[in-house]
Amino acid sequence: MKKTLGNIYIVIIMLFLYLPILTLIALSFNEAKSMSVWTGFSLRWYEELFGSKLMMSAIANTFSIAILAALIATVVGTMAVLGMAAMKPRHENMLMAFNNIPMLNADIVTGIALMLFFLMIHWPRGYMSILFAHTTFCIPYVILSVKPRLNMNTDRLFEAALDLGASEKYAFRKIVIPELKPGIMTGFLLSFTMSVDDFIITYFTRGAGINTISTLIYSQVKVGIRPSMFALSTIIFLVALVVLIIVNVRQKREDMLLAAGA
Amino acid sequence: MSELIRLDHIVKSFDDTMVLNGIDLSVAENEFVTLLGPSGCGKTTTLRIIGGFEKPDEGRVWFDGKDITDLPANQRHLNTVFQNYALFPHMTVGENIAFGLRVKNKTEQYIKDKIKYALKLVNLDGFQNRRIDQMSGGQQQRIAMARAIVNEPRVLLLDEPLGALDLKLRQEMQYELVRLKKELGITFLYITHDQEEALTMSDKVVVMNEGYIQQQGTPEEIYDEPVNAFVADFIGDSNILDGVMTAERVVKIDGTEYPCIDGTEQGFPPKRRVDVVIRPEDIDIVPYGQGQWNGTIISKLFIGVHYEMLVQSEDGSVEWLLQNYDQHDVGEKIGMKVDPENIQIMHKPKSEAESAIELDI
Repeated sequence: MKKTLGNIYIVIIMLFLYLPILTLIALSFNEAKSMSVWTGFSLRWYEELFGSKLMMSAIANTFSIAILAALIATVVGTMAVLGMAAMKPRHENMLMAFNNIPMLNADIVTGIALMLFFLMIHWPRGYMSILFAHTTFCIPYVILSVKPRLNMNTDRLFEAALDLGASEKYAFRKIVIPELKPGIMTGFLLSFTMSVDDFIITYFTRGAGINTISTLIYSQVKVGIRPSMFALSTIIFLVALVVLIIVNVRQKREDMLLAAGA
Repeated sequence: MSELIRLDHIVKSFDDTMVLNGIDLSVAENEFVTLLGPSGCGKTTTLRIIGGFEKPDEGRVWFDGKDITDLPANQRHLNTVFQNYALFPHMTVGENIAFGLRVKNKTEQYIKDKIKYALKLVNLDGFQNRRIDQMSGGQQQRIAMARAIVNEPRVLLLDEPLGALDLKLRQEMQYELVRLKKELGITFLYITHDQEEALTMSDKVVVMNEGYIQQQGTPEEIYDEPVNAFVADFIGDSNILDGVMTAERVVKIDGTEYPCIDGTEQGFPPKRRVDVVIRPEDIDIVPYGQGQWNGTIISKLFIGVHYEMLVQSEDGSVEWLLQNYDQHDVGEKIGMKVDPENIQIMHKPKSEAESAIELDI
């Protein structure tokens, strides 16, 4: 009885999470522009998506900004963590408090503040200003995910490497970086998704004539969203799904190999 | 035996806390030396100074006749087995062991042979492709040993290497370490807070407390002739009793005058107040009235091989700790007997006022 109830609960949750996405996927293949009537299978919205310069450039902007912002934020954030480790605990804690404020701050405040800042220094708003803004709000997340990896244990491993004759550079490259790697990867992926997801800050820091996916969708809301957006969302969802499956299968295979080796 | 490591009056403080108050230590080639002391006594700092991870505020470190005080850790011909092993978690067992050799640009064939040799030495033959987190604590300890010894150091520094292991494994590893030391023929400088470990393995034990060396000597010397109450108390259980020299080579303990082997020559003239150390296992239980002291057993505890008993003296002023293989009941009145050579007379620790005056000078 308890088990059946549990299963029903899980099914309901799954429906809530995935039914909307399934609807979206189905509608992206609908022939008509309607959001409620199924008139037949068609790929015309995909054709429209790939044929539209506006959409293709929005996609390119979104992902190039996300990758660049994540890369820059990861490098800067990791260097900040290393620098902070050499500070006195009091100064380090103070910096960490400053680091946490932007994350708790509402996006709308960050967005408007950045917009005013760009206006003040007369920096033309466009691709670069969005990139700069995204890098800025990604750095705290990188710091937060890398910092826990740098601890007493890392110090000890570093010392052990020196003890075995390694130079400080070699020990850093061979021991410290691999130790930080999971945190660096998390920081990068987090930054990437935050950047792809962002609407508010992008909206305030972009100039006229440049769009990311989110701002493009927003501008279309006024005239009615075209089903080619469903097609785009479907592609993004499927790409994420495939990546997730690959990662999981790989992990499984690695574990099995290890178990076999043991 | 020639001297390999010498510490000359090493002083070290962290912020405002004095950690080492002038440590002088000499370690001979091929010696097994143990620094023994409670946590915070400065033993780990001493080791880190020798390893090159801390710089002393004052004093010099000598290695094989050369001053290495300012030499960085990666240029010293010694290797460390760290407290929690500090094995590189993202590398396999073999890669861990090879690390020091790769740094020195040895050939792959040489490295392969060395890994094999080292793993055989620590009884982990064929484990080179395992991941570190697949190894048990005891195995990790052996890998840490292997990683250090493939570099053929002249000294191996061991920082409480058995601290994280359970009792049985610890005892096994003690034998392993002594065997390894014999096979390798190198110097071991070992740190522990476990007095049994220190006494079992070492050629020389250095007892430290509060940044000072309290006593150094062979395990027998340390155990049988502790120089002060701290050492006596730290090295095994003991009775530390108030005594007074009543005549030449006569000490009065717990109301009984007793001949002993120390006198004016050893710095204990008549009328001097002294501390007397008697090991609990050196006290024989005899029928009431037939020993030198009488008392009543007030508690009894079975601790494996023997019984441990607390005995209160007749006037209630002294509690004796006894260890005996025979069982006696609580409440039983007994006599106690000690051989003169088992009575260790020591100087009273100076009073705080006296120590302060000495410090001013």
